[in-house]
Amino acid sequence: MPTALDDAPAVQAAGAPAPRTRRKRRRVALPYLLLLPAILLELLVHLIPMIAGLVMSFFKLTQFYIRDFSSAPAAGLDNYKFVLDFNSAAGKSLLDSFWISVLYTVLSVGFCWLFGTSAAVLMQKNFRGRGVLRTLFLVPYALPMYAAVITWSFMFQRDTGLVNSLLGTDSFWLIGDNSFWSLVVVSVWRNWPFAFLIVMAGLQNIPGELYEAAAIDGAGWWRQFQAITQPMLRPVNQVLLLVLFLWTFNDFNTPYVLFGASAPKEASLISIHIYQSSFVTWNFGLGSAMSVLLLLFLLIVSTVYLGLTARRRNAVV
Amino acid sequence: MRIGKIAPALVLALAAAATTACGGGDTSSSAPKELVYWASNQGTSLDNDKAVLQPELDKFEKASGIKVKLEVVPWTDLLNRILAATTSGKGPDVLNIGNTWSASLQATGAFLPFDDAALEKVGGKSRFVGPSLAATGASGQPPVGVPLYGQAYGLYYNKKLFAEAGITKPPATWEELVEDGKKLTKPDKGQWGLSLQAGQVTENSHHAAILGAQQGAQFFTPEGKPQLASDPSVAAVQQFVDLMQKDKIVNPSNAEYADTAKSLKDLSDGKAAMFMNQASAGSFKNIGMDMANLGVAPIPLPAAAPPNGRKVTSFVAGINMSVFKNTKNPDAALDFVKFMVSAPEQALLNKTYGSLPTVQDAYSDAAFQTEDVKVFQSVLANSAEPMPQVPQESQFETLIGTAMKAMFADVAAGKPVDGAKIRDQLNQADQQIAAGS
Repeated sequence: MPTALDDAPAVQAAGAPAPRTRRKRRRVALPYLLLLPAILLELLVHLIPMIAGLVMSFFKLTQFYIRDFSSAPAAGLDNYKFVLDFNSAAGKSLLDSFWISVLYTVLSVGFCWLFGTSAAVLMQKNFRGRGVLRTLFLVPYALPMYAAVITWSFMFQRDTGLVNSLLGTDSFWLIGDNSFWSLVVVSVWRNWPFAFLIVMAGLQNIPGELYEAAAIDGAGWWRQFQAITQPMLRPVNQVLLLVLFLWTFNDFNTPYVLFGASAPKEASLISIHIYQSSFVTWNFGLGSAMSVLLLLFLLIVSTVYLGLTARRRNAVV
Repeated sequence: MRIGKIAPALVLALAAAATTACGGGDTSSSAPKELVYWASNQGTSLDNDKAVLQPELDKFEKASGIKVKLEVVPWTDLLNRILAATTSGKGPDVLNIGNTWSASLQATGAFLPFDDAALEKVGGKSRFVGPSLAATGASGQPPVGVPLYGQAYGLYYNKKLFAEAGITKPPATWEELVEDGKKLTKPDKGQWGLSLQAGQVTENSHHAAILGAQQGAQFFTPEGKPQLASDPSVAAVQQFVDLMQKDKIVNPSNAEYADTAKSLKDLSDGKAAMFMNQASAGSFKNIGMDMANLGVAPIPLPAAAPPNGRKVTSFVAGINMSVFKNTKNPDAALDFVKFMVSAPEQALLNKTYGSLPTVQDAYSDAAFQTEDVKVFQSVLANSAEPMPQVPQESQFETLIGTAMKAMFADVAAGKPVDGAKIRDQLNQADQQIAAGS
């Protein structure tokens, strides 16, 4: 049997919704509305360009067709076959760039982590001048990227650069074999403060009582680091290493500012290689195919890494 | 605040932003005509270019009623900006392009073809300097612009250093250049025979083209197929790299010289005795070079011409002026081009920038009667050849120039660069150009 309460919405339905219903609807819709700008931006900034890039990789898109993409002839898998044919010039140079990027990433991320962690641990103890040192450590990260890297390029010049002057050598640092090491040095100098910052934040979350208890039990500094600091920092390190890996493997700014659009072959990272194929030699289809392959590689590595770290976390729990 | 109140404001703001962001000229028929002009950076800075060009644009506005909105684009950004405009269709009405890009940009179809009727509107074909006009697109097709600033290569030399070494005249043959260079090279005093921008991709490609022509190279078949790895091309690249490797008249440090400024300074400071470059009187003056101490001659040819070798001492360098096909004001754009290539403007602008007029009737100006200018003028008119006018020209420049940059880096590091290595590099360039064709 219908009640007076049941009747009320029916009466309201003919006119405006009851204030309570309106409020409920608004409450349900609000989270979606708040998410909407982020979703729209994500679509615009990431997803649509990614899809466009994927589509472009299946077309022979050169300067003849950039005015009207739709007129570009289909290439099927030709672009992929071409860059994955490691006997061809394009395939060989892509493979070279890939290995250079791998080595660059391993060295750069490794040193950034090492320096960042060491500095953060050392800065845990309270001492005179700690604040100044902390600020100084963050300077490379705070400086505008272009200004910082261009300064390095001046310092690396053979005849007039500070590096040769300090070392008393006349080596080349911006061309030839050494160019790779210059790139690693600049990258580590630039990114280690980020590692320092993150690890320092992680250290703040470790309760001091743990160290006090360990000290009472007779554990020394190294033992405390191994048994408390390292395990407690693991979640922070997992994220830090992943972020540094993605940034470094994709790094475009450092080599571009240090060497210009045409990096020496010894320091030709994969991002520079893709840029040259796409925007210097105007083969956008080929460049897109390389970008898709790079994306797949990064996705696979990230997924495996996240899977492995999750398994370890679960095992610990 | 209610969302209902924010929304109209947001829409208005977005609409305003979109209107501001739109490029191109004014399309309204009632409003005065307006053009957007992208000028390449020719002067000592972007501001210097604005200071040079704005009074001329005002002069044009006064005479025609057409307003020209100027944007000076740095060289490093220009090609990418043009490509982006080509892709989006939202570009300027009129713009400068490097003349070596002519055929590549022509292939995009984004530019107004300068057929006979359009050429007639800007003063007629016969007014232009022949080689400069030839560098405006592939032969047999309507040009993709008209030449605005002319340039050619010459061999600058330091008269004082020449006199000290007992050399009385600039080298007339390539062999003499090497011989003189050896006499002028004194590494212990920090003095070298020749300065090269060996770390500069485009500069290397220009020299490959000039020496390639001297050796008889054709970098592309008539059908447009790349053949960079031919014997004459390999010989030309070897000849150039050997200046540092075998002849040792170039400081190995030049392998990292990626801009003209360092070489100009070397010549000015007496650290180098010779430098092959485009007309640079203005830049020399800026760095305080004693101009009386500076001579210029054509880049020498080999004493004995190789088979099929051509008498080329420069490529046709310079800047063209093109009109975007998407312009809503093609007539106004052509009027503006006509103004910029008029004899008075040509004389004034080329005088200011130290380049050469591209129209015959501007050469009567006294500024173009000096010995140095006459050398460049003669080179441009008689022994200059355009870069390959093929759609893949930009790839050609990048790939051969990058390969040469790497070769110089090897030479500087003491790693030998022989014919086989050069051929291998040029073969790779051929493959990469073919992939993008």
